[in-house]
Amino acid sequence: MMEKNKSKYVTLDGNEGAAYVAYRVNEVCAIYPITPSSTMAELADEWSSHGVTNIWGNVPEVIEMQSEGGAAGTVHGALQAGSLTTTFTASQGLMLMLPNMYKIAGELTSTVFQVAARSLSAQGLSIFGDHQDVMAARTTGFAMLSSANVQEAHDMALITQATTLKSRIPFLHFFDGFRTSHEVSKIELLSDDAIKTMIDENLVISHRERALNPDNPFIRGTAQNPDVYFQGRETVNPFYKAVPDILKAEMEKFARITGRTYSPVSYKGDKDAENIIIIMGSGSETAVETSAFLNTFGEKSGVLQIRLFRPFPKEEVLSAIPDSVLKIAVLDRTKEPGATGEPLYQDVLVTLVEALAEGKIKKMPLTIGGRYGLSSKEFTPAMVKAVFDNLKSETPKNHFTIGINDDVSFTSISYDETFTLDESNWTQALFYGLGADGTVGANKNSIKIIGENTDLYAQGYFVYDSKKSGAKTVSHLRFGNQAIKAPYLIGKADFIACHQFGFLEKENMLSQAKQGAVFLLNSPFGKDEIWDRLPFEVQHQILHKGIKFYVINATEVARKTGMPGRINTIMQTCFFELSGVLPPDEAIKQIKKAIEKSYIKKGKAVVEQNFKAVDQTLENLFEVKIPDKITAIRIESKSILQQAPDFVRNVTGVMLSGMGDQLPVSALPIDGTYPSGTTKWEKRNISDLIAVWNPDECIQCGNCSFVCPHGVIRSKFYNENLLDNAPSAFQSAHINARGFPETKFTLQVYLEDCTGCNLCYEVCPVTERQDHLKRAINLEPKPTDLLEAREAISFFEHLPVNEKSKVNYSTVHGVQFLEPFFEFSGACAGCGETPYIKLLTQLFGDRLMVANATGCSSIYGGNLPTTPWTTNQNGQGPAWSNSLFEDNAEFGLGMRVAADKHLGIAHQLLEKMRSELGDDLVNALINNPQKLESDIKVQRENLNLLRQKLSAIQTPEALHLKSVSDHLVDRSVWLIGGDGWAYDIGSGGLDHALASGRNINVLVLDTEVYSNTGGQMSKATPTAATAKFASAGKRVGKKDLAMQMISYGNVYVAQIAMGSNPQQALLAFREAEAYNGPSLILAYSHCIAHGINMQKGLDQQHLAVKSGYWPLIRYNPVLRNANRNPFVLDSPAPSIPFREYAYNELRYKVLTQTKPKEAEKLIQLAQDIVDLRWKSYQEMAGYGAESFQPLYQPS
Amino acid sequence: MTNLNSKYLGLSLKSPLVVSANPLSQEIGNILSMEDNGAGAVVLFSLFEEQIRAEALKVEEVYRSTTNPFAETSGFFPELENYAVGTGQYLEIIRQAKERVDIPVIASLNGITPEGWIEYAKDIEQAGADALEINVYFIPADIRLNSEEVEQRYLDILKMVKSNISIPVAMKLNPYFSSIGNMSKRLSDEGANGLVLFNRFYQPDFDIERLKVLPNLDFSHPAEIRLPLLWIAVLYGRLPVSLAATTGVHGAEELIKYILAGADVGMCASVLYKHGIQQIKVILQELQMYMEKMQFKNIEAFKGAMSQLHVSDPSAYERGNYIQILEDKKWR
Repeated sequence: MMEKNKSKYVTLDGNEGAAYVAYRVNEVCAIYPITPSSTMAELADEWSSHGVTNIWGNVPEVIEMQSEGGAAGTVHGALQAGSLTTTFTASQGLMLMLPNMYKIAGELTSTVFQVAARSLSAQGLSIFGDHQDVMAARTTGFAMLSSANVQEAHDMALITQATTLKSRIPFLHFFDGFRTSHEVSKIELLSDDAIKTMIDENLVISHRERALNPDNPFIRGTAQNPDVYFQGRETVNPFYKAVPDILKAEMEKFARITGRTYSPVSYKGDKDAENIIIIMGSGSETAVETSAFLNTFGEKSGVLQIRLFRPFPKEEVLSAIPDSVLKIAVLDRTKEPGATGEPLYQDVLVTLVEALAEGKIKKMPLTIGGRYGLSSKEFTPAMVKAVFDNLKSETPKNHFTIGINDDVSFTSISYDETFTLDESNWTQALFYGLGADGTVGANKNSIKIIGENTDLYAQGYFVYDSKKSGAKTVSHLRFGNQAIKAPYLIGKADFIACHQFGFLEKENMLSQAKQGAVFLLNSPFGKDEIWDRLPFEVQHQILHKGIKFYVINATEVARKTGMPGRINTIMQTCFFELSGVLPPDEAIKQIKKAIEKSYIKKGKAVVEQNFKAVDQTLENLFEVKIPDKITAIRIESKSILQQAPDFVRNVTGVMLSGMGDQLPVSALPIDGTYPSGTTKWEKRNISDLIAVWNPDECIQCGNCSFVCPHGVIRSKFYNENLLDNAPSAFQSAHINARGFPETKFTLQVYLEDCTGCNLCYEVCPVTERQDHLKRAINLEPKPTDLLEAREAISFFEHLPVNEKSKVNYSTVHGVQFLEPFFEFSGACAGCGETPYIKLLTQLFGDRLMVANATGCSSIYGGNLPTTPWTTNQNGQGPAWSNSLFEDNAEFGLGMRVAADKHLGIAHQLLEKMRSELGDDLVNALINNPQKLESDIKVQRENLNLLRQKLSAIQTPEALHLKSVSDHLVDRSVWLIGGDGWAYDIGSGGLDHALASGRNINVLVLDTEVYSNTGGQMSKATPTAATAKFASAGKRVGKKDLAMQMISYGNVYVAQIAMGSNPQQALLAFREAEAYNGPSLILAYSHCIAHGINMQKGLDQQHLAVKSGYWPLIRYNPVLRNANRNPFVLDSPAPSIPFREYAYNELRYKVLTQTKPKEAEKLIQLAQDIVDLRWKSYQEMAGYGAESFQPLYQPS
Repeated sequence: MTNLNSKYLGLSLKSPLVVSANPLSQEIGNILSMEDNGAGAVVLFSLFEEQIRAEALKVEEVYRSTTNPFAETSGFFPELENYAVGTGQYLEIIRQAKERVDIPVIASLNGITPEGWIEYAKDIEQAGADALEINVYFIPADIRLNSEEVEQRYLDILKMVKSNISIPVAMKLNPYFSSIGNMSKRLSDEGANGLVLFNRFYQPDFDIERLKVLPNLDFSHPAEIRLPLLWIAVLYGRLPVSLAATTGVHGAEELIKYILAGADVGMCASVLYKHGIQQIKVILQELQMYMEKMQFKNIEAFKGAMSQLHVSDPSAYERGNYIQILEDKKWR
């Protein structure tokens, strides 16, 4: 941090900017994680746990709730009890807060909610930014104020707090999700003195005096009747009327303190402007800068930035619009289907019309509305220019969209993509890396170095693809002498770094290079050999643009300095060397300072090794002498996509190539429906090491295939005659079973989809005799030529699928021959969840319906462009949907109810049409027990017969029967989600759905934290573990959800851990499905959030069971009916202490370093809990049947 | 009444039974129990430099691989205050032990780099340890290393540590020097305050089914006292250093033998794992009974009585003894 004009400058993101103030002016924060606002809650929790005080010198209470609904309730309660209270949220979280927001506003309660504005789930979920969520809150009575950049987010958090205390109107302070919440920027930090000066202590005391107090009792929250409710609702009007003036006064006070001037609405542009844009949020910066640029060419334009949106400041808007204005375009970053226009447009329009009617303005400007930037769609100067151009046209298009090609409703206006502003004031740099290679972290670090050690301004923004493993990141960094007002991605860069050599083939990154730009490549090839290794396009761009080209083998430098894989500081050092932002010596000094600051807590060894890496960087950095000609041959891509169905080729394929922005509206499904089985067209090739099968050593146990998280290991058995035309690379072995001399076995690895997670190796029971480190499946370098491997895979795919009815899939060995309907997901390499899902699909995939709670599983399961949920060759497969996070149990239950209803209708119609269809067929279809796979097979055959018969009958009954006849094959309805859903936000719904007695099956993928949003504590988080929101270690025990549900008596419950006992896991799935009632499977899922080497995930599962921490149990109500003990304890008595399992994981270990005494206390407590639980389970397993609740028996 | 008071490294001990370096001392409760049961001193578990380094790098690797992994999160672990991978925990145990027990607390250090030896030794002294035991756990698996180089390594380390701290320093030796006596003398000349005989090395075993090397350390056995016994008896009275005998002390008999050979103290660990920390009390009670029976009023009364210096036939410790054994065998 540095002093500049007596101000403290820091680099932080919008979330931190807002949270910094909110934390200091509140006493209570009730929180719940949701992207992109989670960081605010995390920071508040972190500060609180570190004892950081607010401006009154006390440490705010931070409490995590089970949902945003819970957080809002707690906020309401704390406010009513007199505390200054806040919360942080976004999107669906805000939706859950709405009921309380009406209450809080209705009771004129001072508070500010900090919102990182985000899209809402509609045709699909989106974590990205727009104003749909906040616009849904505009009727709550909260005042709403929008910030346009990181500095504003910081400043407005204070101004709104001062205003809410004075006005008593609660505020929703929002800024654009990701674009502002995650943009790292250099800002001027508010001092505690400044914050204190802004907060009127008398108003704080007044707030407390309005609180509930038994010494001065009253009631609030009455039920009101028609006689007075209406009048009561009108009492607040004067308070709303006063808000703009109070806000203005607070902004003026703020300006006096800080020198930064704001107003509720702000006009920037030509004072005689003819065309203006009215806009809120980060887009206003782009609009202002573009307008200013256009005005230098003689345009008469301007931009009115709306900060205060509710109560809408009509007078301020009217007075800010220059009299000269002829046309106005109002831009909304939201969509309100069916409305006369979007909210801001409507408000502006009403304001103008009323003003005209009241004579406040002489003429009505032509006012049009448009939508832009939904789900963080880029909003660039080119788009702003197009909006002005539209305004200037004789007949400006109203209700337009900008930034997309709407070829259905023709709302879009076109724009010239090549238009840019003068960007010569900034240096712009792009960095291509992987999520896990440290590129983003290093760049955040670089911005800090630049921002806090120079007078330069700096900005950083980070773009990720949709995958969890091998996620591509692109870091956009700008720095320059002037404040950077460019909330959009870099189009043309002065510096481009490629941290992953493999990207060269996939990304045309140099198309973004400016003339004479610098290109830095992490390359396994040296300066003399690299040129010939470059693809045609890269060579072309380098020559065409006169690019200066540098290479370093950062991977090798990292390896040599003892930090294999850690290229981040090496590439960062190169950046500083080549960019010249700082003098080289100074840069090295600052990098080392940053390294020391970041890593000293983690040990001197880490610091030393990073220093070593920095020191060895420059001697390995080389400029490449550019030849004068292209030597590469342009290779036409032979993508596997060419064989894909039309939609996949034309739509999914475009998204995969990174060109999704170019897709027109007509290309997209109208209702969010997408085809299954699309990951197979992706072939991500993210790992250089892949699983390789050794048929000579393999005992064909099926373990590797069972645990493979990515479904890349498949098995088939087949007659040896089928090998006649096998390609040479195709491998096979004699089947390892007696009595089948002509049968062959193949374990096929889909090497282009393998993530190199190594779980297959870890689980393989074979040790090679010659090399005891080798097993029957090993990680080996991927061949450079994939042609042969592709041929082998293709041959394998054409071998007949092993018929399910002929496979004994009651064993792990047998399951390997079942087709998975879940393959090649983008989950983390070595994911602990996906093997369970894959197993589920192998067992019941062809008749499976899945309700998937939002979370990791919905992201790797349904995040576009592709889905791993797939089909068999008959086109059957899991029908999958994600509703929300909180409602998944109810959503799945609804599927069951519908299935049962339609089955009932089908039976009714079968009876009705018995004479036409024949008794045999009707009886067969109605009476088939469908318990065995062979029953299902018969049912499908009979169903086909039915369809044939029905096709010849044209009665209404026949049509109806046909429409519901698919239900005659039993549907296996599964509700899948993580512990955040099952233990917390969806707990009530899950409880109710399981208590319904309906035949639903619940699979809880228990990672014991909110994995998708970054490891926040849930009620599944175990004692002694640290997590976000439990940084001091969790002191409360994990909820025993199994026992809770066992208490109903009629719920099948199993607790499983594939890494410990795969056979028990398999049995549990089969029993759960077979049970004609509600079932719950709690599956231990190792996770990167545990802080483990994922390769050892299965070992950790094993140890969890061995220590007694995760007992394997099954509670089968069917056994109770057979007068047997339904509670079966499947795991042996604990044989290792809990700590022996726990301390292999960073989540537990970390506390031993930070608070050893507390760690010891907690680990002992955890051990006591384990012991007690084991004892009670053991006792229960020994009870007689009569000790358990009997089931209802239908008469 | 017999008196068990002893002296070791210049420190006054209430008994000649010292707990040798082992993981039991990782818990302060065990250290308290060791004192309650009469241990003369406790040598804390060893601080391994490479363990600290490896731990630091492992933790960092997990942090790195989970930081900024995808759009929805910047990482999975809370930013931690007071996080310190390093000697922190070890030093905390020293501090706690010094606060809560009266018996001497001896730290045990196993370094790999010169900086590590110096830095950690200084930290240990500052944390309040009464003495330091240097545990040069070094297996010269590199066949290019000659014996002189190996010996010099021990001497260099001792010199380095001694010149940086002022608390007493004991060297824990392995029994594989060509000339234990000479090596002991050189260590003594270099300033060692005590010698601990001998270190027990992990000797790997094989799993012959899975063809795996099994890192293994079995508990010691009373029969293992012979080697240290021999060298304690030989060294006694010849060097101005304390002698500690470690390995095989499972009962009073082994302890008595060591003292008779000339050890200032006997050290035990395996027996505490097998029978609990309270076994210290049992051993000391038996020692006391023995001393009463033999009318030894204090430890000094019989220390070194069977050393080479004091036995009537010193050749019993040399080649002559071996010949005698062979001769005896012939007639059986």
